[in-house]
Amino acid sequence: MSTITNEAVEKTVIEALISFGAEPDEVTPETELTTLDIDSLDLAELSQIVDDEYGVTMKSSDVSKIKTVGDIVAVIVAKA
Amino acid sequence: MRDVVITGVGAVTPLGVGARALHERWTAGECGIVDGEAPCAEYEATDHFSRKESRRSDRFTQLALVAAAEAVAEAGWLEDGLPVAPDRAGSIIGTGIGGVSTLLGNYKSLLEGGQVGPLAVPLMMGNAGAAAVAMKYDLEGPAFGVMSACAAGTNAIGVALRAIQHGEADVLLAGGSEAALHPLTRAAFGALEALSELGISRPFDARRDGFVMGEGAGVLVLEAGDVARARGARILGTLSGYGSTCDAHHLTAPREDGRRAAAAITIALADAGFDPTAIDYVNAHGTSTPLNDAAETAALKSALGQHAYEIPVSSTKSAIGHLLGAAGAVEAVATVLALRDRVAPPTIGLEEPGAGLDLDYVPGQARAMSVPDGRSARAISTSFGFGGHNAVLCLEAA
Repeated sequence: MSTITNEAVEKTVIEALISFGAEPDEVTPETELTTLDIDSLDLAELSQIVDDEYGVTMKSSDVSKIKTVGDIVAVIVAKA
Repeated sequence: MRDVVITGVGAVTPLGVGARALHERWTAGECGIVDGEAPCAEYEATDHFSRKESRRSDRFTQLALVAAAEAVAEAGWLEDGLPVAPDRAGSIIGTGIGGVSTLLGNYKSLLEGGQVGPLAVPLMMGNAGAAAVAMKYDLEGPAFGVMSACAAGTNAIGVALRAIQHGEADVLLAGGSEAALHPLTRAAFGALEALSELGISRPFDARRDGFVMGEGAGVLVLEAGDVARARGARILGTLSGYGSTCDAHHLTAPREDGRRAAAAITIALADAGFDPTAIDYVNAHGTSTPLNDAAETAALKSALGQHAYEIPVSSTKSAIGHLLGAAGAVEAVATVLALRDRVAPPTIGLEEPGAGLDLDYVPGQARAMSVPDGRSARAISTSFGFGGHNAVLCLEAA
């Protein structure tokens, strides 16, 4: 398991979103997920990555209010 | 009953990306089989899909989407848009197996202690091709997969014909797709002794020893004739009839007498209103297995009588191997273009017909199709699947 810091989680999340097909130069903490064409299936994949990396389990109820990339990071860090 | 016309065709096959590549190369006697298998070697996902689209689709779905894109472009939908309201359009795409590589890749991950991803189910499901095509073109009417093993593509097109005739939809993208070149399927078909040990597809030849597995997709744009004519669409041909029966006999072996296969031909001809003597060409299922080619020959003689001896009968599988659930759709595409050009493409590799196989299988080279004056060229395309599924289409040039 990796240590949870805001920077580390942000890096993990951004790398994951890019691997899902988001344009690298568009992914910033402020970017809205709809802009990146990130949907519920992507977030389900991201949950697995986060679980593997940090042992944090994100449920669909956790991500239902997420709008931006930064929101995802905040949810993960808060659950650590 | 409304007539149903074909306004676009698309294909991805071992002979290349595109229906024309298939038609022209097969007609020229080219063969897409390499080392005993027939992959779509010229297909590159990155030529057609973003990374996101690629991740969201198994290869069999990608092939269906590429074939659909070609067919839709030919039908003029890209310039003119969907010719009807979205709820009057749909997609019916057959497959023999579905996303088997996705399934097995996820199982491998599970066995190795890894995760099974959320994309596993939506990628492997057999209806994924139909769903992806519907999403791509905003088709809100009937959309589903069809499974009848190696008859699936033909059944999908036949079911689509009925759906338009009966007013469930006005336009449908119909066809089949398969991408199952995987060690498991090789082993499984090998265990059935269905695959050619020599790796040669030579339908109807005395030395035939099984089929060569291939992959690919074929899609046709089917439209109600009134819709196509009203928008001034260029019509390639007419889907005139469809017949579907079952041997109800054996899980894998066809009935030797081809009785129910013959019945499917007879039903399709009656559906089209064609006398058996009014057919100019047969695109045969012709798998290169000992059992199929004999039973199919018996079925053709039974259904067409003496006329079976008088028309060319050739097998696309001699050029591209057996595309399983995509075979019938790709062969329908090839038949439409053969009828248009009035050419009977060859059964490649056929040198000495097997015992009792005495029809005109067009060995060697393509030949001009003989068509009576005063009407368009007509053909039947046959497909038979494990499970005893028999499906036949009647097609007519514009």
